Amino acid sequence: MPAPNPSPEGFPLIRTAGLQGMLVSFADTLSEPANRATLAFRGAVERAAIAGVLETSTSLTSVYVRFDPGVLGHDALRGRLLELLATQDWTAAALPEGRKFWRVPTVYGTDLAPQLGEAADMAGMSEAQAIESLSAARVRVLTIGFAPGQPYLGPLGAEWNLPRQTDLTPTVPVGALVLAISQFVLFATKAPTGWRHVGQTGLKLFQKEAEHPFALQPGDELVFEAVSKSDFLKLCENDPQFGGATAVEIEA
Amino acid sequence: MSGFRVLRAGPMLSVQDQGRPGLLGQGVSRGGAADTRALAEGAALLRQSRDLAALEMAGMGGEFQATGPLRIALTGAPMVATLDGAPLVWNASHQVEAGQVLSIGAARRGVYGYLHLGGGIEAPLTLGARSAHLMAGLGQAVEAGDVLQAGADKGEETGLVLDPDARFEGGELRIVESFQSALFSDELRERFGATAFTRGARANRMGIEMLSDGPGFAADGQLNILSEVISSGDVQMTGDGKPFVLLRECQTTGGYPRIGTVLPCDLPRVAQAPAGAPLRFRWVSLEEGLEIQARYDTEEKTLQNRCRSLVRDPADMHDLLSYQLVGGVISAKADPFET
Repeated sequence: MPAPNPSPEGFPLIRTAGLQGMLVSFADTLSEPANRATLAFRGAVERAAIAGVLETSTSLTSVYVRFDPGVLGHDALRGRLLELLATQDWTAAALPEGRKFWRVPTVYGTDLAPQLGEAADMAGMSEAQAIESLSAARVRVLTIGFAPGQPYLGPLGAEWNLPRQTDLTPTVPVGALVLAISQFVLFATKAPTGWRHVGQTGLKLFQKEAEHPFALQPGDELVFEAVSKSDFLKLCENDPQFGGATAVEIEA
Repeated sequence: MSGFRVLRAGPMLSVQDQGRPGLLGQGVSRGGAADTRALAEGAALLRQSRDLAALEMAGMGGEFQATGPLRIALTGAPMVATLDGAPLVWNASHQVEAGQVLSIGAARRGVYGYLHLGGGIEAPLTLGARSAHLMAGLGQAVEAGDVLQAGADKGEETGLVLDPDARFEGGELRIVESFQSALFSDELRERFGATAFTRGARANRMGIEMLSDGPGFAADGQLNILSEVISSGDVQMTGDGKPFVLLRECQTTGGYPRIGTVLPCDLPRVAQAPAGAPLRFRWVSLEEGLEIQARYDTEEKTLQNRCRSLVRDPADMHDLLSYQLVGGVISAKADPFET
C-alpha cells in the first residue's frame, strides 16, 4: 500500500486549532477523494483510542481532534497522527456503510425562499433553469456542523460556485435550503446565515426528544425535488416532521 | 425538596452547567456557562462539584421565593442583591429560609451573574447536560412562574466569601495563532495586536463583536474559503473584516476565516466585558499559551482554599450587640447574619 505522497501544497497537513485542538486537512478545496479521506481517517483516529484525545469530528476536508495537552502533548499527538496517515492512501478509502438516499420535496423561490432569483442571476441562469439544475442534483452529506444535525451538501456544479454574502441574513427558518460555493446547507434550526436562501423544505433534521435525534449521517445522499408551494404546504401539514421527505438505504 | 419559585425574571435567565462536550461531530457546540470561572467560584463557595447547574442571569436578575431552606452562592457579574430587603454580599454564600424572597437587580459591572443552589439546579438532562443551548433549540429561558428545583444538598456551610478573579471591565486577551492565521498577512496580524478595541453592541452567548477605528481586518480570499471547525475563542472576521470572538455556544463550523484563538482562561473576560469596554489582543506563542493556561487551571483548583468567612464591617452592624465578640472569631459554620 503506497503511503500518501504530500501534494505540492503539502497535504495532508497537520495544524493546531487553539491550545487544545489539532486539525488534519486533506485539501483546501472540496473534492470527493478529500471528503472520503476525511470520513475514513476520523474512523481510524477513533479506533486508535489515543489516551488524551477527548473528541473528534470532521469538516469537509479535515479531521479535528480535541485533546488534553496536560495528558497528551502537542508533539506526541502530531507524531501519532503522522503514523496513522502513513498507514494507507486515505483518499482511496471506502465510504461509510448503511448510507441512505433521501428525496426531499422543495419549494424553490416564492416568498418562502426569496433569494432564488438573485442566485440564478449570479449563476447566469433564468429562475426556471436554476430550478431545473438544483432539483436534478444528487448531493452527498459532506459533513454535519454549524448547528445540530445540519448537513453541508454537495458538490454542486461549478456554475453554483457563488461567494457568500458580505452581510448576514438575520434569520432563515428550519428546513431552509441555502446555497454558496457549490454547496447547499439544509438548516436544522432557525439561524442567521451568509448563504442565499433558494429553497424551502419541511424536513426537520434534529428532533431532540427522539430516540435518534439526528436524521442524517455523513455520506447520505439527497435530491431536492421541486414542488409547487400549494403542494408543499399540504405535505408539511400531513407530515410535520419530514414534510413528505422519504429515505431508502443505498445498496452497497 | 427546596428550590426557588421565580416571581419576576430579567430578560435572559437560563440554567447553565459545563455544557455538552463530545457532540461536535453531530453539529452541537459545547455551550454551557458563558463564564466558567463563575461556576468554579460558586462551586468553591458551596463546597460542591463545579459540574452542577446554576442560573445564569444576563445583565439583570429577578425575584425568587424560596420553597424551602436553601444554601445559595452569588457569583459572576456583581449585581445588587437583597434577601427580604437586607443586602447580600456578592461572590459569597448565604443561607435562605423557606418563604424568603431573594431579589437580584442589574449588573453593576460585567454582564453575566450567577445564582448557585446547594445541590445544584435539577433541570432536565437533554443530550447529557442541563444547560439551555438556545442556538441548538435545547432548553429554554427561565421565566416568571418557573420553579428552580435544587438537587440533594450534601453541604451545610454558608457565610463564605471569595475575591473574584477580575474580569468585568474588559482588558487584555491573550491569543495564539491557529490554522487559518496564515490567511492574514504578518502586517495585518501585527496591526490586530496593536489595535484598541471596544466591545460592540452585538454580543450574546455565541459571540462578541469587537469595534475599532480605522480599516478592518479582512483576510485574502475572505469569502471563498471552505467552512471549517470552530473552537471557542476563535476570532472570526466577517466579510467586512470586523472581528467577532466566538464563545462556547457558537456554531461548530463556519466559513469566515479566523485570525487566531483566545486562550480558554481569557474567555470569561470576553463574555463579561460590557458594551463599550476596552479590549486588546496580545499574541502569545503556543508554548507560552499552554503555560499560561496550565497555571490558570492549577490556580483554579485552589479556589476552595481561598474562601474565607464573611465578616461584616462593624460600622455597618446595627445589631452589633447581638454578636458574640469575645472569641474574636465567628464560626464559618454559623450564619453571621442570624440574629
